[in-house]
Amino acid sequence: MKPVYIQTIGIMAPGLVGWEQAQQVLSGSGPYQPDSLPALKPEMLKPNERRRTSNTIKLALQSIQDGLGTRCKKHDLITVFTSSEGDMEIVDKICRALDSPERPVSPTHFHNSVHNAPAGYAGIAAGSQSASTSLAARAGSFASGLLEAAVQAWAARQPVLLVAYDYPVPYPLSVPIPITRPFATALLLSVDADADTQLAVLNLRLAQQGVESRMQDAELEVLRLDNPAARSLPILQVVASGSQAELSLPYLPGLHLTVEISPC
Amino acid sequence: MPITPLTITHFTQTNALGKGVQASLNALQSRRSGLTPCDFEDAQLETWIGRVAGLEESPLPEAFAEFECRNNRLARLALEQDGFAGRVAELIGHYGAARIGLFIGTSTSGIRATETAYRQRDRDTDRLPDDYLPSHTHNIFSPTWFIRRYLGLEGPALAISTACSSSAKVFAAAHRQIEAGLCDAALVGGVDSLCLTTLYGFNALDLISASPCRPWDLHRDGINIGEGAGFALLEPSRTDIPGERLLGYGESCDAFHMSTPHPEGQGAALAMRQALERAGLGTQDIDYVNLHGTSTPSNDAAEDKAVVAMLGDQVPCSSTKGWTGHTLGAAGITEALFALLCLRHGFIPGSLQTREIDPSLQARIERENRPARLNQVLSNSFGFGGNNCSLLFGRSP
Repeated sequence: MKPVYIQTIGIMAPGLVGWEQAQQVLSGSGPYQPDSLPALKPEMLKPNERRRTSNTIKLALQSIQDGLGTRCKKHDLITVFTSSEGDMEIVDKICRALDSPERPVSPTHFHNSVHNAPAGYAGIAAGSQSASTSLAARAGSFASGLLEAAVQAWAARQPVLLVAYDYPVPYPLSVPIPITRPFATALLLSVDADADTQLAVLNLRLAQQGVESRMQDAELEVLRLDNPAARSLPILQVVASGSQAELSLPYLPGLHLTVEISPC
Repeated sequence: MPITPLTITHFTQTNALGKGVQASLNALQSRRSGLTPCDFEDAQLETWIGRVAGLEESPLPEAFAEFECRNNRLARLALEQDGFAGRVAELIGHYGAARIGLFIGTSTSGIRATETAYRQRDRDTDRLPDDYLPSHTHNIFSPTWFIRRYLGLEGPALAISTACSSSAKVFAAAHRQIEAGLCDAALVGGVDSLCLTTLYGFNALDLISASPCRPWDLHRDGINIGEGAGFALLEPSRTDIPGERLLGYGESCDAFHMSTPHPEGQGAALAMRQALERAGLGTQDIDYVNLHGTSTPSNDAAEDKAVVAMLGDQVPCSSTKGWTGHTLGAAGITEALFALLCLRHGFIPGSLQTREIDPSLQARIERENRPARLNQVLSNSFGFGGNNCSLLFGRSP
C-alpha cells in the first residue's frame, strides 16, 4: 500500500486529555497519571443536539474536537469511525425497557443505538455530506479502521478522518465485556506528501506473523489492553516521540497489521 | 474517471420470500409478498413482518456453537443455498484464502441474544446468564467473524454498520480494497434478523405500519420490519466470465438529522450522482431504480425529490419493500441482488401494495410488473444518521 500521512491527532482518555498533554506523557516528558476524564461536553454540537447524545457519542466527538480544532464545525472530510462495542449504555437501557411492562423504548435511545450514531452527529455538526463508514473488529477495530481510512484516502485522493472510540461498559454487560476506561482518538490522514503540517508517515501492510506492539509503561499498557481503541497507543507514542518504528497491531484472527512509522 | 467494473460471479439470498435466489425471483415475478402479521416472539405490536421461516429449527453446527444466535443462523442458512459455500471453496482454490476479502454489513447483528440474556438475568444481582457470549453474537463483528471462520477465509475483512445502508456499502468497500491490492476477489454481503429492539424502537419513533407497507402510496404510513441475508462474489471482470457488473457506487451523508432524511433528499441525490460519475454514465443510461422506498411519509418524499432532481420523472422506479419488508442492515444487499435479478431476467417489479400514488410525488412509480430490457439499474439504500449509498449495476455482457 502507498503511504499515508498523519496530519493531526486528537485524543480523549483518562490522563491523556488532548494531544498536547498526551504528547508529553507518551514521549516520556511527563508522568502518566490516569485521572478520570473531565466532563465530556463537545462544543461542536448545539446544546439541544448535545442533550440528545450519550457518553459514547460525546467521547468520540471530543476527540474529533481535539484533533481538528475549530475545523470540526465545518469540513467536508470523508470519515471512518471504528468501535468494538458501540454504545453499551444505550443497549443496557433498551434491553431493560424491553424487559419492562409496555416495553417503553425511548425513541432517542433507539436512533442513538445505531453503530454510526457518533458519525451521524459529527457529520451534522460539521455540515459534511461526504461519505462516512462505521466499523467494528473487536481488538482489531483500530487496525481495521486505520487500514480502511488509508484505502479510502487513496481511492478519493483526499484526507480522511479516522475516529476510534470505546466507552466503558455498564454492569451487567461489563462482566462479559470488561472495558473500564474510556478512550477515543481522531487521526486526520492524508495522501499528500507535500503538505507541511504532517506529523508522521505510515506504511501499512498485512502480515500473517506478528508480535503485538506493547507500551513500556505499565499503566499505559493496562489502558491499551482495556480498550480496543487504545490499541492505537503504540502508534501515538512513536509519533509523540518523533521516532521511527515498525509496529504490529492486532487486526483479525491470524492476521496482523504492520505499521512502519517515520517522522516527516 | 470511471472505476474498473467488477463482475458478480455468483450470489445467493434468503429472506421472507424463501431460501435461495429462485424463491426471491419466483415471488417477485408472481407478485407474492412475504409479509405476514407480526408473530415474532411475544411482540405485542400491530404490524406486519418479513420473517424467514425455519430459523428456529436451524441451529449452527456444534463446532460453531459459540456463535449461536438468530443472526448467525440466518447467515449460515443463506450461505448454504444456491451452492454458494461450495463456490467460495472453489474461489479459495483459485485465488487462495488470504487473497479473498470479506465485507459484511449488519445493523443490529445478534442483539437478540442480549435481549434474551436480559430477560433471563438474575433478578437480585442483575447478572446475565453465564453462557451469554456477546463477543460472538451481539457484537457488530460477529457475523463477519462467523462467516470468515465458517468458510475458511483468511484475507482482509470489514464489518460495516451504518444502519440501513450497511450492506450496500460493502460493494464500495470491496471495490476499493481490491483496487488497493489488499485482495484479488471479494465476498460481500449482509445479514440482519428480527429482534425486539428494532420492532419496539421503530414503533417508538411512530414509523411502523399496522398494514403491509405501500411505498409512494398516498396512504403510506410506515415500514414493516423484515429479516434477510444475501451474499455475492466479486471478481475482476474478464471477458470469459459471465455475470452482472458493479459499474459504480456513491456514498454520502445528509448532515441533517439522525432519523429523518434531508427534506430535499440532498444526500441521496449526491450518492446517485457519484454512482453515475464512477460508472462514467449519464442520467439517460439508467433503465430502472430500485428505490430505498421504505414507505414512511418523509423517507419516500425525500427520495422522490432526490430521484427526480437527479434522473427526472421518466425513469421507471419501484420499491420492493412490499415483498420483504425493510430488512434494515440487509436491505442494501437484498435489493442489490433484486436489481441483478431484474437485469438478468429482464423485468421491472411494480411496487407491491402501492395503489393510489401520492399526487405530491413525481417519480415514475411502476405499479405492475412488466418485461423490460434493462442495461443499467440503480439500487438505493439510506440509513439512520443520514447515511446514504447508491449502487449502479450493469447487465452481463
